Amino acid sequence: MKTKSIFSSRNLPMYVTICLFFLMFGLGAVSFKGFFSLQNFLNLFIDNAYLIIIGVGMTFVIISGGIDLSVGSVLALSTMLASSLLEKSHMDPILVIPIVLLVGISLGLFMGFLIQKFDLPPFIITLAGLYLARGLCYVISLDTIGITNAFWQKAAQSQINIGDSFISPSVVIALVVFFGGIFISRNTKFGRTVFAIGGNEQSALLMGLPVARTKIWLYGFSGFCSSLAGIVFTFYTQSGYALNGKGMEMDAIAAVVIGGTLLTGGVGSMVGTLFGVFIFGTIQLLIAFQGTLNSWWTRIAIGFLVFVFCFLQRVFETRKVAKEAPEPSAKAGAKAAEA
Amino acid sequence: MPDIAPIVEMKRINKVFPGVRALSDVNFRLFKGEVHAIMGQNGAGKSTLVKVLTGVYKQDSGEMLLEGRPIRPDSPLAAQKLGINTVYQEVNLCLNLSVAENIFIGREPMKLGSIDWKTMNRKAAEVLLRLNIKIDVTRTLSSYSIAIQQMVAIARVLDSSAKVLILDEPTSSLDEGEVEQLFKVIRKLRDEGLAILFITHFLDQTYQISDRITVLKNGTFVGEYMTEKLPKLELIAKMLGKELSEFNYSATGEAKRDAKRDAERAAAAHGSSAETMLRAEGLGRHGSIAPFDLDLHKGDVLGLAGLLGSGRTEMARLLFGIDSADRGDILVKGKKTTLGSPHSAMMKGLGFCSEDRKNEGIFAELSIRENIILALQAKRGAFRYLTKGKQLEIADKLIKDLAIKTPNSDNEIRQLSGGNQQKVMLARWLATDPSILILDEPTRGIDVGAKLEIMEQILNLSREGLGVIFISSEFEEVIRCSTRVAVLKDKAKVAELQGEDMTERGIMQTIAGGK
Amino acid sequence: MAWWKSLTRKKIFWPLIALGVLMLFNLFFTPNFFRFEIKEGHLYGNVIDILKNGAPIMLLAVGLTLVIATKGIDISVGSIVAISAGVVAMLIGGDLHGVPKYPIPYAMAAALVVSVMCGMWNGMLVARIGMQPVIATLILLVAGRGIAMVTTNAMIVWLYAKPFALLGQGYLLGLPFSIFIVAGLVLMTVIITRRTALGLFIESVGINPTAARFTGINAKNLIFWVYTFCGFCAGVSGLVVCSTVMSADGNNAGVGYEMDAILAVVLGGTSMNGGKFYLVGSMVGALIVQTLTTTIYAFGVPPEIAQVVKALVVWIVSLLQSKTFRSMFLGMFGKKELSV
Repeated sequence: MKTKSIFSSRNLPMYVTICLFFLMFGLGAVSFKGFFSLQNFLNLFIDNAYLIIIGVGMTFVIISGGIDLSVGSVLALSTMLASSLLEKSHMDPILVIPIVLLVGISLGLFMGFLIQKFDLPPFIITLAGLYLARGLCYVISLDTIGITNAFWQKAAQSQINIGDSFISPSVVIALVVFFGGIFISRNTKFGRTVFAIGGNEQSALLMGLPVARTKIWLYGFSGFCSSLAGIVFTFYTQSGYALNGKGMEMDAIAAVVIGGTLLTGGVGSMVGTLFGVFIFGTIQLLIAFQGTLNSWWTRIAIGFLVFVFCFLQRVFETRKVAKEAPEPSAKAGAKAAEA
Repeated sequence: MPDIAPIVEMKRINKVFPGVRALSDVNFRLFKGEVHAIMGQNGAGKSTLVKVLTGVYKQDSGEMLLEGRPIRPDSPLAAQKLGINTVYQEVNLCLNLSVAENIFIGREPMKLGSIDWKTMNRKAAEVLLRLNIKIDVTRTLSSYSIAIQQMVAIARVLDSSAKVLILDEPTSSLDEGEVEQLFKVIRKLRDEGLAILFITHFLDQTYQISDRITVLKNGTFVGEYMTEKLPKLELIAKMLGKELSEFNYSATGEAKRDAKRDAERAAAAHGSSAETMLRAEGLGRHGSIAPFDLDLHKGDVLGLAGLLGSGRTEMARLLFGIDSADRGDILVKGKKTTLGSPHSAMMKGLGFCSEDRKNEGIFAELSIRENIILALQAKRGAFRYLTKGKQLEIADKLIKDLAIKTPNSDNEIRQLSGGNQQKVMLARWLATDPSILILDEPTRGIDVGAKLEIMEQILNLSREGLGVIFISSEFEEVIRCSTRVAVLKDKAKVAELQGEDMTERGIMQTIAGGK
Repeated sequence: MAWWKSLTRKKIFWPLIALGVLMLFNLFFTPNFFRFEIKEGHLYGNVIDILKNGAPIMLLAVGLTLVIATKGIDISVGSIVAISAGVVAMLIGGDLHGVPKYPIPYAMAAALVVSVMCGMWNGMLVARIGMQPVIATLILLVAGRGIAMVTTNAMIVWLYAKPFALLGQGYLLGLPFSIFIVAGLVLMTVIITRRTALGLFIESVGINPTAARFTGINAKNLIFWVYTFCGFCAGVSGLVVCSTVMSADGNNAGVGYEMDAILAVVLGGTSMNGGKFYLVGSMVGALIVQTLTTTIYAFGVPPEIAQVVKALVVWIVSLLQSKTFRSMFLGMFGKKELSV
């Protein structure tokens, strides 16, 4: 009876996303000369490598039913930290990278600890984290710090050729994180526990899963992704700036939601998120190619897409509930009677 | 019957919660290879006892033995490790995961640091096959019926270490075929030597599946019986805390004592020419309550009698527009209407006191006065605000009328005792000047004095011309207050009793008789 | 000691104490903090500045108090501020001689209408579609910033129409005009919520949504209008912000305001879990936030870094409201009662 429809409705948003991407890319190819090329497609990876990385972390957080609003600020903090350590303290990149990652992870773990241990709402804790990290950027420096380090410049300039086209080392990092994300989400106990928590936290506890530990590490992982994305970000900009990644939390959430991950948790995929990022990138490309539109339309378009996908999610949810309606209410009645 | 040493033995268990003695000196034994049912009314202590066994609560005193060795699990997890596993009524699995994962999550077979999905799926299929179930284990759990979900939950706990399986109301959302399927599995597991504790409020199912019954009443141990030697009627009597022989006397005795009430009843019964306040024709909701007819006249007190889970609350929810009916009609004062929400029911003169005072009734942080006037205010709308003086007047009058014990109507309601909170609920609806009042277990969890006062109020209201629907687990109370009694069983209305048939024994027989 | 007990029971007590402590700190450590000057018949000084600069947050806190009382949240208020500022600025126009494109009252009305529509959008998503409030308002938080930028063509619009400066820079009876706007809005809200049953209904929905439904309260409508009202408040706040700096910067106007406003509400005694709300408490909370900011500035710390302190305060306040933390805290210090 209901079996097939729910199953397919789970993955439907992801398929819609993939189709939407090809549709939009196709639209660009038809409308603008020079839009359709392998390089332009690869540019989606190159330009959005950091967003893919953040998106992987965010996907985990949202699958667990939480949210992390601090990602953009943590990215900015990482760019500041990296550039300041490199330029002002003249530290070796081999030390700089682990330190930056460690700071990101620690911040994430601390927020996870507050959320899990004291049962606080994730959004308020990570919203405060957003401002904390942004503020810490200014503590490091009020100005842009340019990076002149040789390793960084090499990372920025080197290209990996694919036929006539190329990708950057950042893309390789992003792909490693992406495939790592797929592996963790599908084939590790941690990943499956995240899904279980998102499905039903109470059940996960009763099934004896390490809910507390997983939830704390989840935010730690998101912090790791954000700080790694920060390092990748500096490969592009060759500088640290406190206003980097402003509003990026929304870009990441948008990519995740557009990719078919349920905001209520429990369902989601890395592949979906990747295509969510592609859609985000394509909108930017389209607006750039179009030329006359203000780049801020990207924000509006993204907001609109998030709305549409959230709306669809709600429709699917309510339809599902409507189908199962008699059971929950009967259960509720019986439960109330027993209480 | 294997009458050797029990696998689980609980001796003289005591548990006190603030203000309530939940268990006093309760004994319980569970044997290998049997299905054991615990029966009792609301507040009998069934769930507390099970929660002590599964490590959710710790007993204050008393001993618990598993295979002769004392145990003291301090969490459900610890109990699981000892081999005591529970499958709850709301299936505690993750609907978003696959069937195989739900069985193995937390102890997945690993290969080279990666989950070995192939082995896991194969093993899951094997475990389910042991329960005679053949399904695709790679699909999400949500794509299967509740019955299958129950089986998966059972499969999860069925590894070699499982000694005791507790099924907490597993059948409450299953249809007949599914129940039979579940029972087959239970019998199979029993025959394999598992000790099964079965908790249900379905009387017939208890007789279908259980070998032994323990009866509790108000936190005390009534007795342990072999199912085949305990007639249904006697079981019901024991759940009500009486011996069957008592009823013959009490029924007649009561009738004599309350002659005045009888006269009123007769008047009400004959005066069925009196205006019909509320009428339901074939009203029902799938999975909640079977279609029923109902008539409530002016001055009537219609009692709804039935055991826990018999559909009393579901009926009340339909009549107050909380759940929407999917069949049948409802008529208020002769006019066919739809009650789409509690608001529309309220505007048509209905009132409803929920049995779940804490979650569905009171606003803990608001004052008594605010709690009382809230429904009236909702009826008037936000902009016809009752002045504070008017509020005080209404609240103080009702506090006096209902003898609510509080020094001040501005105190927070959470400071009141349960009985007084219940009176505030009643006051809230009386303030709206309703013509029909639905009271779901208004006498539960409150002391005897308050009970009597509330029942007195119900009688007064009916004399003033209200139509009252009164729900209670205590048949005695129902009979004392009602002009007629509708008997419910297994989510359906099975009979309506009045006059001489309206006795505790009559109700019990109706329930025991079944269809 | 009975009077003391009843005093400490009052919800407004602790916010006032916190404000007092902050003020006291400034009295000793910030030179000239309490110096007042009268220039051209207007009152000047740090304290006046706090009132004046705190006005936008206070205005936001009014609407947000009601939203939080229903167990909701609106993190889009900062963006609505930018939209409102953008709309009013575009309609008045950047004419160098101060000649408004459209009459100033019309421009203001239009900005408020747009803000109310933003509020309705949020209300629709939360109450009708049933989205989680954080997500629903997150959409406008981001898209709203885009809308503001598109409205102003991604430029900073400077205004020269003198009369408009009254809102944010003007004085009345020697006091900043914006204080009167705040007072007016608070008074209006108090009347709307406390002279009608709306306040009681809002609290009921926040305390126990199921019981509210069973009592015949239409929670959906109520929640819708509460978000709408919050949009209105943000619109007013946007007008004041725009008038204060006589410019509209779609990119930076109102950034981070949601944080300050939420903090103000929570500091004022309204719980994030919904229920009883305290409008005057929220105002005191906003003053605490503003005083904190001013104090930090007074020490020569750049405004951007002040965020760090605020973020820490948010974490601490959240902890104090957490049941788990309280019981842990109580466990550590015996049975001492904690009445935060």
